[in-house]
Amino acid sequence: MTNPVQTLTKSVTVNDNPFMKPVEWLSLLLLAGVILVVLPLALDGFRLNLVGKYLTYAFVALGLVICWGYAGILSLGQGVFFGLGGYCMAMYLKLEASSVENTKIQSTPGIPDFMDWNQITTLPWFWQPFKSLPLTLILVVAVPVLFALIISYAMFKRRVGGTYFAIITQAIAAILTILIVGQQGYTGGINGITDLRTLHGWDIRTDHAKVILYFVNGGLLIACILAAQYVKKSKLGRILVAMRDKEDRVRFSGYSVAGFKVFAFCLAAGFAAIGGAMFTLQVGFMSPSFVGIVPSIEMVIYAAVGGRLSLFGAVWGTLLVNWAKTSFSESFPDLWLFGLGALFIAVVLAFPNGLAGIWREQIEPRLTRRVKGLRAPPSAIAPPHSAPAE
Amino acid sequence: MADDTETGATNGLRSPLRRRLLMGLAGAPALALMPRGAWAAAPTSAVNTTGLAVTDTEVTVGILHSVTGTMAISETGAQEAEKLAIAQINEAGGVLGRKIKIIQEDGASDWPTFAEKAKKLLVNDHCAAVMGCWTSASRKAVLPVFEQYNGLLYYPTFYEGLEQSKNVFYTGQEATQQILAGLDWVHKEKGGDSFYFIGSDYIWPRTSNKIARKHVENVLKGKVVGEEYFPLGHTQFNSVINKIKLTKPKVIFTDVVGGSNVAFYKQLKAAGIDLSKQVLMTISVTEDEIDGIGGENIAGAYACMKYFQSIDNENNKAFVAAFKKMWGEKTVIGDVTQAAYLGPFLWKMACEKAGSFDVDKVVAASPGLEFKGAPEGYVKIDENHHLWSKTRVGKAKPDGQFEIVYTSPELIKPDPFPKGYQ
Repeated sequence: MTNPVQTLTKSVTVNDNPFMKPVEWLSLLLLAGVILVVLPLALDGFRLNLVGKYLTYAFVALGLVICWGYAGILSLGQGVFFGLGGYCMAMYLKLEASSVENTKIQSTPGIPDFMDWNQITTLPWFWQPFKSLPLTLILVVAVPVLFALIISYAMFKRRVGGTYFAIITQAIAAILTILIVGQQGYTGGINGITDLRTLHGWDIRTDHAKVILYFVNGGLLIACILAAQYVKKSKLGRILVAMRDKEDRVRFSGYSVAGFKVFAFCLAAGFAAIGGAMFTLQVGFMSPSFVGIVPSIEMVIYAAVGGRLSLFGAVWGTLLVNWAKTSFSESFPDLWLFGLGALFIAVVLAFPNGLAGIWREQIEPRLTRRVKGLRAPPSAIAPPHSAPAE
Repeated sequence: MADDTETGATNGLRSPLRRRLLMGLAGAPALALMPRGAWAAAPTSAVNTTGLAVTDTEVTVGILHSVTGTMAISETGAQEAEKLAIAQINEAGGVLGRKIKIIQEDGASDWPTFAEKAKKLLVNDHCAAVMGCWTSASRKAVLPVFEQYNGLLYYPTFYEGLEQSKNVFYTGQEATQQILAGLDWVHKEKGGDSFYFIGSDYIWPRTSNKIARKHVENVLKGKVVGEEYFPLGHTQFNSVINKIKLTKPKVIFTDVVGGSNVAFYKQLKAAGIDLSKQVLMTISVTEDEIDGIGGENIAGAYACMKYFQSIDNENNKAFVAAFKKMWGEKTVIGDVTQAAYLGPFLWKMACEKAGSFDVDKVVAASPGLEFKGAPEGYVKIDENHHLWSKTRVGKAKPDGQFEIVYTSPELIKPDPFPKGYQ
């Protein structure tokens, strides 16, 4: 991590504060180019769908950059919001797949199969709203954000923060998993909600549909990056950084610290929820194994490997870790976990700022010089940045 | 992607010379018996019309189990049995004249990973068949993948039933096959008329207990005095053990799975419940689990399964010997391990009957197939893709083996959607 104080003073001294600096535009262009052009051209349908799955985790990592990297709130329970978003989507898809004719083999046709196995004969009330697609799309984001609002409001109002907050989010992830597994008649239990088929009559299982979903996913991700960039660049973003580094000073300056923290946490939850919903659509099922502690911590690792202060780094980090996970496990079914562990240790030891750190220290200064060199005669170049501006 | 591929041959046959000799030997009978072995020479275009990974000399089969994570301990046996079966098939000349090449993937005890790897095996590797999965959750996760890409899965675990797919063959028992005969036996022989159900909290124990409850209440006219579930991995059973002491059921009926078993049986013993006096029937403890529990902690309990390592017949003796030779003297063989061993053989027989590797033809050829070489004895495939098999009751001994005290006289028909039990 860059020295916070240095980061703070740096961003204050930058007078002109455009939405994105040229290098950042370049990074965005590079990412968009790779996600929307290079990968679809280079990969077959199966691998592209895998990348699509990885990118749904990038939504979570993106939220963590804002919430953890900028606002300093470490959440070890992002899987909760990813899962809630995914479950909302899955409930809609499951209801559509459980039409009376598809389920005529059951003792109560027309309800999801796992309810029938658990002797439930009517659709529970909280499943009812998911019969409507527009309502589902709203609830996909609304339910996790509302949940995040309640948790974070209750805690930040009481000034619970730091490690305690991280532990509580982790506990919530554990509780929610146990709840979902225990209430299998209503949630599908440990199996999750499986065998999802169509979205409003459109078969999501075909290869063609997978490609379309991939692009929708990529587009949404870039929209979320821009939204996060907007927050980061706005005055709000400055306050988040200030709050992270000296919470009391911000409070004594008359700001409501709790309010800003709640906002950052809810934003991260909203991103995670979109990722969860896209995950369900692309993978075709949702299970409690995405809600618990392990996936939540894995998601923090994505952000850490990418660099927790960089929006783009988070996306690259997610892609790298997941790609490594898949290819190690394909090549060495017995040993792959060791390989993955070694990768984490190597990254943390050698590049504490993650991938983004390498980019900033090695590549960006040169690029900045180039870009400036194009604009002005070489003599006018300002002394090169020694540390990145955030 | 240099996968863990093993083309034939057990550990002892690794030298190139021996392998060549073997290949030569394998070819010899085909030459001598040309008319009978004519199918062996069938061109690839004839036996594979759907783009599976079949060459003139090889056919690719996937193995998909958890090698890492919490389920690895249970799934290892199944995976080893499948490799043994495939090595034996290859030694005997392969399937339709082609050696089986294995591509193994790790499901990592994680259901979405199972789905991802299943898709890889079908879409990328074009596996002609896949042997794999253990938990119901992993099967449910891969099922849509197999149905969508028209793959073929041989699933080895005893499970809850309520499922039947064109693309899956279930080589373990479904719940009614496993439970009903055992309950009848315990009712008749041990006077079991009151039962206490204890299970892990997921679909298999819940469904099994539902079936058991209906049978106890409606057929045996007994009663169920308690029914409790615990999360997977739970290790505190003292409260339920106290309740057992209070309600004094004739039979404790358990389907606790995995590591929880160790805590359960140790605490039961520590609480002074003596399994030589208190009847306990389990449907979830095989020789593999006893390895962890410790034979002295569970001696006297009854298990209800289709296979025990101690079954006394020629097939089983050969199987146990071959298994120990390949995987070590100390390994034990449980119900699921044996069921997993059946998968490759059933697939081979179906391919040879169909004269093709095409999934549709193999599926069509399967119902009615009989396999007399099964370690558990004779089995056959039903129209509903499950196996007809016998049910046995074994009494756990301190050395970790079971003494078989009951074998159902006839093969029991699989009934995944039992009427009157839902």
